[in-house]
This record gives sequence, structure tokens and C-alpha cells, in this order.
Amino acid sequence: MKRLLKNFREIRRYPSAVIGLLIILGLVATAIYTLIAIPYPEAIRLWRGGAGVWDEYPKLAPPAWVNLFRSKKVPETIFLKSTEGEAERQVEQRSEATQIITLTYSFDYNYDEFPQELVVFFDPRYETLTPTLSFAAFTWRTPDGRETSLGSVSLTPEVSFRPSQDPALLRKLKKFIPEGVVFSDKKLEQGIPAETVLFLDPNQPEPAPLKGTYTLIIKVTTFEPGADVEASFVSYGQLYGIAGTDHYRRDLTVALLWGAPVALSFGLLAALGTTVSSMAIAAIGTWFGGVVDQAIQRITEINMVLPFLPILIMVGTFYSRSIWLMLALVVLLTIFGAGIKNFRAIFIQVKESPYIEAARSYGAGNMRIVFRYLVPRIIPMVIPNLVIGVPTYVFLEASLAYLGLGDPSLPTWGKIINDANAQGALYNGQYYWVLEPAVLLMLTGLGFAMLGYALDRIFNPRLRGM
Amino acid sequence: MTEKKVLLDVQDLVLHFRTTRGPVQAVDEVNLDLGYNDAVVIIGESGCGKSSLAKAILRLLPRNVQTYKGTVNIGGSDIMKLGDEEFRRNVRWVKISMVPQAAMNALNPVLRVGDQVAEPSIIHSGLDKKEAMRQALKMFDLVGVPQDFAPRYAFELSGGMRQRAAIAMSLVTTPELIILDEPTSALDVLTQANIFNVLKRIKQELGVSYILITHDISTSSELADRVAVMYAGQIVEVGSAADFFPAPLHPYSQKLMASVPRLRTDIEPEFIVGQPPSLLNPPTGCRFAARCPQRFDRCAEEPPTYDRGGGRKVKCWLYA
Amino acid sequence: MSVEEKIEATPAQAEAKQNGALLSIQDLHVWYELRRFGFGLAGYVRAVDGVTFDLGYGEAIAVVGESGCGKSSLMKTILGLVKPTKGDVVFEGQSVSALRSKEMRWYRSNVGYIQQDPYGALAPFMSVQGILSEPLIINGIRDRVERNERIHKVLEEVKMHPVGDFIPKFPHMLSGGQQQRVVIARSMILEPRMLVADEPVSMLDASVRVEILRLLRGLQESHHLAVIYITHDLSTVRYFSERIFVMYAGQMVEKAPVDTLLNRAAHPYTHALMEATSDPDAANALKFRDVPPGEPPSLVQPPSGCRFHPRCPHMIKDLCDVERPPEFEPEPRHQVACWLLR
Repeated sequence: MKRLLKNFREIRRYPSAVIGLLIILGLVATAIYTLIAIPYPEAIRLWRGGAGVWDEYPKLAPPAWVNLFRSKKVPETIFLKSTEGEAERQVEQRSEATQIITLTYSFDYNYDEFPQELVVFFDPRYETLTPTLSFAAFTWRTPDGRETSLGSVSLTPEVSFRPSQDPALLRKLKKFIPEGVVFSDKKLEQGIPAETVLFLDPNQPEPAPLKGTYTLIIKVTTFEPGADVEASFVSYGQLYGIAGTDHYRRDLTVALLWGAPVALSFGLLAALGTTVSSMAIAAIGTWFGGVVDQAIQRITEINMVLPFLPILIMVGTFYSRSIWLMLALVVLLTIFGAGIKNFRAIFIQVKESPYIEAARSYGAGNMRIVFRYLVPRIIPMVIPNLVIGVPTYVFLEASLAYLGLGDPSLPTWGKIINDANAQGALYNGQYYWVLEPAVLLMLTGLGFAMLGYALDRIFNPRLRGM
Repeated sequence: MTEKKVLLDVQDLVLHFRTTRGPVQAVDEVNLDLGYNDAVVIIGESGCGKSSLAKAILRLLPRNVQTYKGTVNIGGSDIMKLGDEEFRRNVRWVKISMVPQAAMNALNPVLRVGDQVAEPSIIHSGLDKKEAMRQALKMFDLVGVPQDFAPRYAFELSGGMRQRAAIAMSLVTTPELIILDEPTSALDVLTQANIFNVLKRIKQELGVSYILITHDISTSSELADRVAVMYAGQIVEVGSAADFFPAPLHPYSQKLMASVPRLRTDIEPEFIVGQPPSLLNPPTGCRFAARCPQRFDRCAEEPPTYDRGGGRKVKCWLYA
Repeated sequence: MSVEEKIEATPAQAEAKQNGALLSIQDLHVWYELRRFGFGLAGYVRAVDGVTFDLGYGEAIAVVGESGCGKSSLMKTILGLVKPTKGDVVFEGQSVSALRSKEMRWYRSNVGYIQQDPYGALAPFMSVQGILSEPLIINGIRDRVERNERIHKVLEEVKMHPVGDFIPKFPHMLSGGQQQRVVIARSMILEPRMLVADEPVSMLDASVRVEILRLLRGLQESHHLAVIYITHDLSTVRYFSERIFVMYAGQMVEKAPVDTLLNRAAHPYTHALMEATSDPDAANALKFRDVPPGEPPSLVQPPSGCRFHPRCPHMIKDLCDVERPPEFEPEPRHQVACWLLR
């Protein structure tokens, strides 16, 4: 043991190893942080979504820090919730049953581009089971005092108001377009979204948003006693967060962070599982010789001929895509592979060593010799292979996810790339969606490779000094 | 001893290696001379630098050489001054050849033995294949390998036969000097005796000179005309065999001689306390002082080599 | 010692016990099968072909022979690592070859094994402490305090001072002589009755050899150990053994006490060995040694009759090449298998 540790200290002499180690430590720290900060149930909630989880986020938004590189500031999401007192509330009692609740949302808009979407989420509260629905009317006021009505909607539970999806409103809004603003023919053909119209700067010939304070006034009329309403107004920006969002409005940070512990544990468990098992089986085969050895060799040879990835794909397609099953299968298929052949070659030599003969002479049993005398002999040689093997399995898991065979419940890097590919991210210019998981995968591979090859030079004396 | 003509004259030969732990001073200012048809035995324990001395004379150097200097005169000309290519063409296997340690394992397993023995004469003497094979078979006779062994491969020969083949390979270009590095250390006594008989016969019939490097004092007496004792990279004693074996002068030689178990006499052998110093950081002063029972304060300074006449030299303050 | 009670003594064993012999080798044959490409039998390597001798309590004997004479196979059979093809190894009246593995442990703890290569004999990844603990753990000494005590004691006996310094060291940190001392310590730690030493000093430097041989002799005397010392170097036997057995091509050709052998050796092969062993003497360079030519024979197809006959300067035609000589006894305790003494 002490000799191993002494060798590990040698790592300091190899800069590539130090960098690799730092990268790995960074990944491990990320993994631990993720597991604590976003525990599994929370991660599933954030990833699988459900009601209202993703509402806060824009769709397909690049990360917020992109704004640092741009001259034109792209808008971020503005989220105002009446439940949190971010709206001015006025209540007017017209009669015993009728109330008029006015919610006024004011916000500053100083960006150079238009928001992605405007939505108002309603949370109406009724006391009776089949209430008379309340009724909401919208008024929009620009910083320079122009006002327009945005129509009205009746408040069924969990209704949301999206101006951009109301064709009648869009036609009405055409009149709201200031003169002097010129649109390209292509844009006119596509139709000008409500978000653009509502924010147009009348003084600019090119479409640009007017900066200043905007106000949205919602007048809700309720027809029952005890009816109440809460509402949230969202102006979806075009950027979000550290990592951006995907087509489901999911914050990619969750998946990127969670990908770390998944990748690391899959990689480490697979690498360890295969290496330790291969060592033990090779040692047992070599030591006992005869039928045992022959059987192991034949199994290995047959296994080496079997197609690895297609088998995984078949199992994943026809049986189950659980990541634990995949891990077990990968380990099983890899144990009886080249590793055993290589270890056996070394064990055959080591078996003849005098100290093994001495062990037999003082009564060591077969299993003791295998595990206490043979296996430790090759551990130093095996460690570099172990480290270098980890990224192989990480990439394997990512490949399976990319092919659509990943565990459907887990947010992993491969899954992100899978989604991105399915949504045509590269065609649509959503590069961040593909680059972020790809960079993380590369970093993992790089870290382990650098450390592993440096360890190879340390533990394999013949390569020393290179 | 009459003054023989000198075949080999080594003066102040130095060979230091560069390692990750520092310089290894394998050969430290060695002086040695050898006449025609003369056999010098270099006796030393493992790690004293004797194999490095052989390599230094033949310029078979690894890549991490730090210092390599001195003069090596053969038949009057200094071969240290030759370039590498000239050395290879004119000296190695032409004037000096070598039977390296564990030579029998150094035979090429994929070549037939006859071809291997013939090869040096093709390369160095410029003979064509037939001539070279004829020469090789002549050498086979000389070393006592039956001629029908020539088409066989190395693994088909026993250890003793392989060693003889290696000796034949060193002879085939009729060099003047053969360096033998532990030629019989892995062989049985009977085979060993046979090999020495072969070497003696070759010396008589071909007139070659030998430098025999070994740690085994008993077998060294089989071939020695003169003896040089090496310790920690330096030669500490030189003398004729007739003078040395009955009465070595240097305390190390004496202790070494006393540690040899003898078959024919009932003297209890003694051992030497401690270990030879590492060549990485040889001690200052006399390198044997730490283990010498006769050391005194002057030994803190490195002694010069004293000439006692008659070819006897000792590197020890006791003989000042 | 219920194991002993379980095994019934055969007449040969009873006799051996009566003779007071610790170890009795009886007509031992060890043949290895030679397989041709994994199928079919190509013959047998007759490594040990009829060896008989007794070893008394506390007696030191030397087995001398060249490589390929079968001494290694003999040694491995004595150690229980190889099963004899015919004949028996009897230890303290017990037939060892009939023992099963659990019972073997008793035997193995009574025989210490010292190997030729000191570095190879030690597991490079274990410290001296670990190496010496292994035999104890395997043989059931569970108490760590007791183990450490025994380790200390045995290291003191092989003169590795200060003991505390050496315990945590690894083999590559030790010199050849120190490594061999650890090997000797390991062989002694189970307090055996017998040691088998296979060329224990041939891989050590000349100046260290004597030290180790002295140490072994000291241990043998103080612990009253029986020692089988296997070597090819005849010059070391006089310092170490009482009787010498000369082995050639799987058979013992001469057995005699040391002085008798060195002064009155009778077998031509013994003569050849002695002639080939040199003492440092300048006169050696001036003469040729009279040794038989050729090589030791193949053990697959050994020569008929006396195995030495192809190389023997005194071969008697139609006798030596036809019939194997029996053991003649020219004087008490001196056996020679040679027709010259008929």
C-alpha cells in the first residue's frame, strides 16, 4: 500500500497529470454538490416537469452570459407574481357578489430586442364547485403613454392568457403599429408577433423596442362571493440562466449538473467492475490451470467475437433501458475480453516466481495464493488502465443515450444531446444546447486520459522518463 | 617477468553515467595493460563496475553517458580518438571482440547457429557467405561443437553448447583480444571446466589475449596470467597470477581470497563485513576504508597506486 | 497430534521410525509426463529414478549434482510440492505422499524451504513484516502479539539488527544478503525440524556467501535441525554437511561422510566433479583439466545401464552399458553405485 501511495506522489512531476487530476476533482466536487443541492427526487421533478414547473423559463433560450458578448442586449425573463406582491392590487366591491379586482403590473424594459413571449398565468379561486367564472380584461400601456386593450378572457381554473396565440387580437393590434416603422416583406408574410407590436419604438424606422416602464392592467370581475384571483405575468426573455433552456423550457443546468454524478458513477463502476473481475478471473484461471483455464479462455474468445454495441442496443430496444441493467450488461460483456488475455499472459509468468513456490511450501491454500500473492502483483499495472477506461464507459453511456437508449428517467449529458439532435438544434442555431454537454464530455475524457497516461508512465517503469 | 610487447594499454579510463538519481561513477580512472597472448583477469563483486569497464573499452555505451574519457592504446594507436563509425569498422570484432554476460541467452533465436557465428566475418572481414561459413565451421571445431550443429537453432542447444557457440562467434574474425564477461557463471562445473579447456587451447593455438571478467576467484585462476582486482569502480591491485594467488597485497584482495571456500584445504573461510559502496556516491578517500580492518587516519585521503616492481601495483596507503 | 494417529504405519514406516530417521526416502521415482502438443504422451522425464536414503534428526547432508540431475525434483517432492510416481517420502514415520491437504499443513510446518533467488523468493509488494506473518497466519497463529513476538525472535536469530528497522522494509530496499536472511527467517518461523536449502548462496556475492553459510550452520547446530543442502558447488560442502550424496541423471551415484568423500571418493563422476572444481592456484592456468567431455544425458531417454557410462573414462563394455550397478559399500557408511567396485 505504502508503495502505491509513494508512486501517487510522483504525479506531481507530470504537469498533465496534475491538470487531469484537477479536472477530475472538479467533476467529483460538482457531482457531490449536485447530489446535495439537487437531490434525486428534486432533479426528477425539475426534469420531468409537470404542472407549472417550467413555466418560469423561456423556450430554447441560450445562457444569460451570452449578453456579455453582445452589443445589443438581449432581454431576460421578467416574472412578476401577484402572490409575491409584485403587482398592485385594488379591490372594488360593486355589489354583494360582484367585485372588481385590479392588478397592475409595472416593469422596466431596457433591452435591445423583443421578448420571446408574453403570458399571464391565472390562478382563480372559487368557493363553490361549479362557480360562475370570473372575467378578466387587459389594458397595455407603453412608456410613451400609448394604450391599447388586449381583449378579455374568462377565468377557468389554471387558464393562461397568451396574446401571441389570439389571432383576433393580432389583427386588432395591427392598428397599434406606429407609423414609420418598416418591416421587411418576409416578416410581414410571417406575421408580426404581438410581443413585437406591443414594444415597438415609434421613433425608430427599424423595428426596435421602446425602452422605459410598461404597465399591464388586468381588471378582473368576479360574480361570486369569496372568489379571488392571483396572477403571474411573464415576459419571456431570450436568455436564461447559466446554461440556457431546451424545447420544454427546462433549465439545462439541472441536466448538466446531474450528468456529472451519473457519468462518473457509471464510468467508475463499470471500469472498476470489469477490471477487478477480469483480474480475479484471470488469476483463478491461470492458477488452477486445466479445465478451468481452458473454459475461461474459450468463453473469453467467444465473447470477444460477439458484437458489443448491437447487443446493448437490442436489449435496450426490446427489454429495458434501465441504467443499472445497462451497466451490468456492459460489465458482463467486457470482463471476458482482452483484459483477461492480457492479465493471463502476465500471471503465467508470475506463477513461476519463487515466492509463489515458497508460499505453497509453507502451506498457503489456492485461494490465498490467487488473491494475496498473484493479484497484488499486477495492481500497479492495472491502475492506469482503470483510469483510462473510465471515459470509455462515460462515452458509452452518452452514446447509448444519444441513440435513444438511455435511461428515460435520468437527466444525463447524452440525453441532452439526444434531445438537441431530435429538435434539430444545430440547424436552428441553438449551438449552446449541443456544445454544453459535449464540452463536459470532452473535459471528462481529457481529465481521465491525462491522469491515466501519466499514471501509466509512473507505474510502468519501462516508460519512465518519456 | 620479461618485458612483453604491449597489446592493450588503458590509461585513466573514466566512464560515468547520468541517472535520475545522480551520476554513477562506474569506471573511475582505470589503468590496465595487456601483452600479446596474455590473459588478464579482472576480479570484482557485483556492482564494482567491471562490466562497465568492458563496455568502456569496446565503446558499447548506453545513451546516458556523462563522462567518457581516457586513452585506450591498441598496438600503439589510441582508439579513443576514432570516430564511432571507424571504431565499429576497425576495432570492434576486428581487433577486440567480446563474449558478453549470459552470452548463451544473447544468441538470436530466429537465426541458425551456424549463420550467427558466420555473421561477424561477413560484416567485418568482408568474406562472402561460403567463406564465412567455412571459417565458422573451423571455429566450431576449435571450441568443440560438432559441425552438424550448425543448421540448428539456439534453443536446440544446451547451455554449454550455446556458450561455446558464443565463443566461436567472438573468434571468427580472428581478433587479437577477446573480452569475456562472466563466461561460465550459469554453467555446471564440468561444463565450466570444459569451456576453460577450450579457452586455454584457443590461447595456445591462436595466440589471442584475454580479458576475463569474473567474480569467481577460483575459476579465474584457470586462465589468469595476471590479475587485477576491481573495487567500487577502481583497480586496487594488479599483479601476476604467481604473485597474487598465494599472497594478495591489498586488504580487500586478502579478504576476498580468505572468503573463498576451498575444496582441498580445511581452512575456515571468512566473510567481509558490510557492503560495497554504491557507485552513485562513492566515499571520498579510500573506498574500501569503511570495511577495512587495517584502516588508519591517512585512509581518509585517496591513496595513489604504488608500483612494487615486477608488474605489481597496489592502491593502498599501507604500501607507501 | 490426532493426525498421526489416523494414519496407519506401514512396515517400512515402522522400520524407519525404529531407525531413528527423521526423513526416509524410499526408492523414490518422480517422472513427469511429456505431452506432445497437448495430445498424446511423448514419454516421461525421469527426473528422479530410484533414490533411497535416510536423514537423521539434526543431521546435515548435501546433495551435489549438476543441473538436470534431478536434485530440484527431489527437493520439490520432499517439500510436498510434487507427488512421487513411485516410492515414498516418510517423515517421522508418516508417509507424506499419502497425506491429504489438511494433514499436509502439519508436514509443511515442519519443513522450512530456502530458495536460490533471494529477491524472487520474497513477494515484492509485502514488507518484511508481511512476509514473515504469512506462514504464521496460514498455520493458525491468530494472535497478532504472538506473531510479532515470533517475528522479532526469528529476525534476531538471523542477525538482522536492529530488528525494528527491518520490519517495515520492502525487499527491494534490502541487499542480497539481507534478503536471503529474510528467506531463512521465513523458513525458520514455524519452528521446523528440517530445512531444505536449494543453492542458498549461489546468487549471492562471494563475500556474503560465507556469512550466510555460517549463519545456516549456526542455526542448524543451535536448533538441532536436519538440513538438506542442495548445491552444485562442491567446495562449500565441507563447511556445512556431515554426509554428501552425489546425484547424476536422477540417481544417487555415491553417498559418504564428508571426509571420506573428499579423500576417498570412488565413483568416476565424483572424481570428475572434484577435478573440475578449482581452488585459487596460479598453476591452474598452465594445465588442462581432465574432465569427461559431453553433457549430462537427457532424462527422457537416459542411457541404458549405468547412466554415466557414455562419458566414463573407465567404462566396462557389456557391463556398464547393459546393467545398472547396485550400491556397493567399500567401507561403512560409504555407498557407491559403480561396477568398478564389484
